[in-house]
Amino acid sequence: MTLPNPPRSRSHAGAIPLNSLRVSRWKERLLAYCFLAPSLIVFGIFLFYPLGKSVYLSLFLTDPQGRIAEFVGVDNFTAVLSSDQFYNSLWVTVKYILLTVPTGAAAALLLAALSHQKLRGMKIFRFIFSLPMAVSVGTGSVIWMILYHPTLSILNYGLSFLGIPAIQWLTDPKWALPSIAIMTVWLNLGFNYIVLLSGLQGVPDDLYESAKIDGSGSLRTFFRISLPLISPSLFFVGVVSIISAFQSFAQINILTKGGPMNSTDVLVYNIYQDAFINYRFGSGSAQALILFVLITALTILQFKFGEKKVHYQ
Amino acid sequence: MTLSRIQQPVLYLLLILASLAILFPLLYTLSSAFMSSAESAAYPPRLLPSGLHFANFVQVFQTIPVARFIGNSFVVATAIMLGQLITASLAAYAFAFLRFPGKALLFSLFLSTMMIPWEVTMIPNYLTVRSWHWVDTYQGLIVPFIASAFGTFLLRQYFLQLPKELFEAAKIDGCGHLRIFSRLVLPLSAPALATLAVYSFLTNWSNYLWPLLITNKESMRTVQIGIGMLQFEEVTAWNVVMAGIVVLLLPSLLLLIIGLKPLVRGITAGALKG
Repeated sequence: MTLPNPPRSRSHAGAIPLNSLRVSRWKERLLAYCFLAPSLIVFGIFLFYPLGKSVYLSLFLTDPQGRIAEFVGVDNFTAVLSSDQFYNSLWVTVKYILLTVPTGAAAALLLAALSHQKLRGMKIFRFIFSLPMAVSVGTGSVIWMILYHPTLSILNYGLSFLGIPAIQWLTDPKWALPSIAIMTVWLNLGFNYIVLLSGLQGVPDDLYESAKIDGSGSLRTFFRISLPLISPSLFFVGVVSIISAFQSFAQINILTKGGPMNSTDVLVYNIYQDAFINYRFGSGSAQALILFVLITALTILQFKFGEKKVHYQ
Repeated sequence: MTLSRIQQPVLYLLLILASLAILFPLLYTLSSAFMSSAESAAYPPRLLPSGLHFANFVQVFQTIPVARFIGNSFVVATAIMLGQLITASLAAYAFAFLRFPGKALLFSLFLSTMMIPWEVTMIPNYLTVRSWHWVDTYQGLIVPFIASAFGTFLLRQYFLQLPKELFEAAKIDGCGHLRIFSRLVLPLSAPALATLAVYSFLTNWSNYLWPLLITNKESMRTVQIGIGMLQFEEVTAWNVVMAGIVVLLLPSLLLLIIGLKPLVRGITAGALKG
């Protein structure tokens, strides 16, 4: 920062003459805008400008260099909204959200509840349950690629002991999306777990004590006391998971590339293909905007209806 | 919650089973990393290697420039982390302590940026960065991410919880805002800054799509892209791929060990109790 230090005023607040008070208020405003400027400039260039540019691009056809070729109005939108592929992608995305979000939150909640006890060795369990957070989506995808390998899969080998025939995890259109969902739940478990565990840790101990005195069993205590109190954390996990499910890309790019038979072709992957494989930036932008409207609407709905059930202290 | 004597062993059993399920992919990776290539391609698959084949790790270092990839990721994630700490703490200070017109409007503008999905901005950002000739450069990988609405929100919540009396005293002593910011607020907010630092480093270390789009030269690629390269170059040698993953996972594991505590504490303190 190259801002000059504001001069030290030696007098007490009440003794400052009106004139210098006005100067100091003006200085405070200037300082505030200077403090906000770095963030605002970055947001302006890399978030708000692109948002506007996406709207603009979506009204045009572009050449492979991204240059405007022809104005087509809402043609990109009507083309997208009348294509079967878009609806397939949308349906795949919805299924993917249903497969990952509730299971991910429930698994993390269960682990957080189990490891929240004050018992010996909990630190180790807590560390293990947070571990997936250190695994990036690129690394995680390659690890699961070998677990799901068509001929070498150790998961299939394990299933063979239970008398279950081998599953073609990533090449069977029925199994590809659930397989990616399983991997994603595992990958996001660390973050969800950390949020829910710290939520549980925020519940005051004396509440548990009084529940115990009232003769409440541990399951009952969990559902009657802990769960309502950590509902803000659960809500947070829900909102964040849905947004991140909408944005899942790397695992699909690495594991299935949208296949087999488009069974894992989520919206983001479709946009990526449109824009960066087929160089149709206009159509890609149109899809991205439709996605934006969907996410925003869904998030607003969540806040409107979901947050009513959330218990804030 | 307290448990009876009968419940305790059941709880431990559940915890151990859950741990095994979560650890299994990682343990299997570690075990495969030490197998010979014949062992890693055998069916039925083996759980453990017959011996420790360190040759896999040598081969990883020969196939891809591991040090270069880790170095790139480290430079990029560290620069973004520092950038976010600076921009977010400045903005959070303004929102928490300074009076200026348009404060509420600007704050909601900040929060709204969290809603804009990355896909919407991806195409124009790619075109912008390309037109600036920032493809295959560090600034192209870093600059788009150096402001964080999440970080600003987190730090603002924390700043507002600091005891007000301290500021009154500092003001009466004639301290200006720059001094209060650098001598008082920043040192007192070390826990929240640590949370943001860990969170920011881990998420940006994991960036995948953006580096994939804007790097073409091998020397500019990051860890996440490097792992993919390993897989495509040595299709059958899973033992080498797994060895590569072990090497590339080590830095983030190390960071999680150091950073887990501030992460859990910080999320409790600030982010959720808004």
